[in-house]
Amino acid sequence: MFESMAKKPASWLTGKGPESEIVLSSRIRFARNIAEFKFPPSADTDTREKVIEFVRSAFSSMGLLKHGHFYNSNEISPLDQSFLVERHLVSPEFMKNGTGGGLYIDDSECLSIMVNEEDHIRLQSISSGLSMNECWECAYKVDQELARKLEYAYDDQFGYLTSCPTNVGTGLRASILIHLPGLVLTREIDNVISRISKVGLVVRGFYGEGTDVLGNLFQISNQTTLGRSEEEIIDSLSKVTQQIIEYELNSQETLMKDASDQIEDKIWRSYGILKHARVLASGEVMNLLSALRLGICLKLFDKVSLNQISELLIVTQPAHLQKYYGREMTSAERDMVRASLVRESLHGKQ
Amino acid sequence: MLCQDCNKREATIHLTQIINNEKVVLNLCKICAEKRGFHSPFEQMPFPLAELVSGMVGSNILKKPDKTGKIDKKDLKCTNCGLTFSEFGRIGRFGCANCYNVFRVELNDLLRRIHGSAEHRGHVAETPTEELQPLREEKRLRDKLKKAIETEDFETAAELRDRIRELSLKSKEEGS
Repeated sequence: MFESMAKKPASWLTGKGPESEIVLSSRIRFARNIAEFKFPPSADTDTREKVIEFVRSAFSSMGLLKHGHFYNSNEISPLDQSFLVERHLVSPEFMKNGTGGGLYIDDSECLSIMVNEEDHIRLQSISSGLSMNECWECAYKVDQELARKLEYAYDDQFGYLTSCPTNVGTGLRASILIHLPGLVLTREIDNVISRISKVGLVVRGFYGEGTDVLGNLFQISNQTTLGRSEEEIIDSLSKVTQQIIEYELNSQETLMKDASDQIEDKIWRSYGILKHARVLASGEVMNLLSALRLGICLKLFDKVSLNQISELLIVTQPAHLQKYYGREMTSAERDMVRASLVRESLHGKQ
Repeated sequence: MLCQDCNKREATIHLTQIINNEKVVLNLCKICAEKRGFHSPFEQMPFPLAELVSGMVGSNILKKPDKTGKIDKKDLKCTNCGLTFSEFGRIGRFGCANCYNVFRVELNDLLRRIHGSAEHRGHVAETPTEELQPLREEKRLRDKLKKAIETEDFETAAELRDRIRELSLKSKEEGS
């Protein structure tokens, strides 16, 4: 399963779209529940199955199944589940739930819908670059249509009702994945993060909640979902993102003024390691690729395209490597295979 | 200072909250803080929901004695899924949509603390149109079919199966 997907980068990481040198992707997520069923955490197996059946037939009548696939979580192997997490198509929580879930992925991988994660429906739209509106339009259209098929749990005062009170109201999480090497190197990042949290936004690592920062990649999203309209939430995130981009560019300028030789050395050194190393851990690759991305941003480096960096970022992750080579591998094996895959990719470009 | 949860490691995370005029102080090590759901790559405190909820539940519903000094305020219970407010305080998740209705008064306070508001100002959910009817009907028939098979009423089962088939054919035609 998902073999053809494994050989190409996700469409949200093509390096296209506005501000794509700094903003990797934009994402909109809706949390929705069906009024008549208990929420997934307290639903029994029977109810969970009914929910899946219900949602699936709604998808079918909306014609969604013609442009994508619906999977039951019990037919997705653990390796495939990790693979989908790496592609940001499902959440790590969805994986932990084990069976009793459903998943829809459209052919372009822009739209994915988890069934019976923490809520009955988690609908997400993801696209390359700073493109909130595009995501919004895609997700909103499907959400509206679903609302006509399924009766959503909705309350006039509280809005869309969700399993966790932190998602109630709009049920909307808008987020961007952003690359901030300049702010990290100039040690300005903590200041920026603290400023961001004061305006109702939250910063996380690459895979979302509770994950580490790797490769200078940060996820920024709205913290609250109630009391503001969807448009206000999205607008505020977009505006703050523009501001952060400006901070990042300023930091990069400072770096070039104060330490251009060291920066240039760092970038080429990273390229050298990626091109010749025999053993590469996944976190290390992410950090080295970050240096190359910075190099492109600073116009100091043009041996590799943004698109290729993004592709490597995804295909060098553990589950992707194992899918790519069609077998399970130990961590040590993966580090060697990863190095050889990166070498191949970079030498081919010369 | 040692962590108040494990009493072994040094407390590096200190949190003070005022909940209903009662001061709650937490001194935790990083590991125990993560166990309580405070996890962040930057070690800044994300919203401490669990503490907030259980603090509210603790002070509001369970522990607070009434005027006569007795603790007799009943723990609210959802009439649909059976979740009580103190259980909600422990797990931080609702059981069903009806919980919001049952706990409405308590939630006004909690949601204001979480979101700074307790009023939805976004889009209003579309209500299902008649398009929904076939889906609902199909589900109803399927439930009946299951029962018929269980009671070995095969005549009814066959009839139901045909009606379901008709319905799903119809919805596929409309969907295309």
